[in-house]
Amino acid sequence: MMTKVELETFVEGTTNYFATAANQPASVGSPYIVQDGRPTVQEFTGLISIAGKRRGIVYFTASRPMLTVMLMRMGETELTQENMCDLVGEVANTISGNARRDFGKDFMISVPTVVAGEPDKVVTPDNIRSFVIPINWRSHSAQLVVCLE
Amino acid sequence: MAATAKAEPLTNGKLKLMICDDSNIIRRKIERELQIERLQVIATASNGKQAVEAFRKEPADVVTMDITMPEMDGIECVENLVKIKPDVLILVISALSDKATAIEALKKGANGFLCKPFTDRQLTEALEELLRGAGNDD
Repeated sequence: MMTKVELETFVEGTTNYFATAANQPASVGSPYIVQDGRPTVQEFTGLISIAGKRRGIVYFTASRPMLTVMLMRMGETELTQENMCDLVGEVANTISGNARRDFGKDFMISVPTVVAGEPDKVVTPDNIRSFVIPINWRSHSAQLVVCLE
Repeated sequence: MAATAKAEPLTNGKLKLMICDDSNIIRRKIERELQIERLQVIATASNGKQAVEAFRKEPADVVTMDITMPEMDGIECVENLVKIKPDVLILVISALSDKATAIEALKKGANGFLCKPFTDRQLTEALEELLRGAGNDD
């Protein structure tokens, strides 16, 4: 079970990502537990598998319109499906990697896996509770889902 | 015995830069935002294996290197590049922000570490510091 302090690491990582990479701060809400069903999955999802001392997954999921604006804010001119897949993977990778500052080197992260347009392929472990960190950026919303033993 | 290579300087006097990152948007961002006139991008690679192959063909003077990549990670790649060209300058650009990772990269032969996410200014400053440290400043 994750602690409040551990979740705060992911909130800070998300806040820092948008302020630095997307050139505009996001409003990052308080994490909540998914009570029934599965966490939200949008059109593009970047997943990181976590191994080592902690196990589970971290994923960032966002819509095409949001990713389009993010790419534009980053100075990217090729607003392609490929770059949107790349971006969701990079966001998940960056926030998960930054978490090692607090979790340490044994918080081992995989290379990103990207799911586009097939939300059923995003699966969280049944036996672990998922926390959703809501992200509001400009007029868009996205989610960071943290599911760790 | 490790392979060796000698860099052929560019005719315009610029230093050769190779960018290695599995993210296309990060590679393009570094290339686009490069504000140091003495550097010229000669190669990009999306994993460590590709980077080593490109480096053997044409060794760069400066390399930006991600760590978490498929095929061969950045730490192993740094070790390989330094064997080929011991005086290569390597700036690791990674999201892995724990001290142990940075120390490991430096021990393997990297010369600097920049944590993702980064701003244009942070990238420029990190590269300038790298060049200053090697005595390549103007």
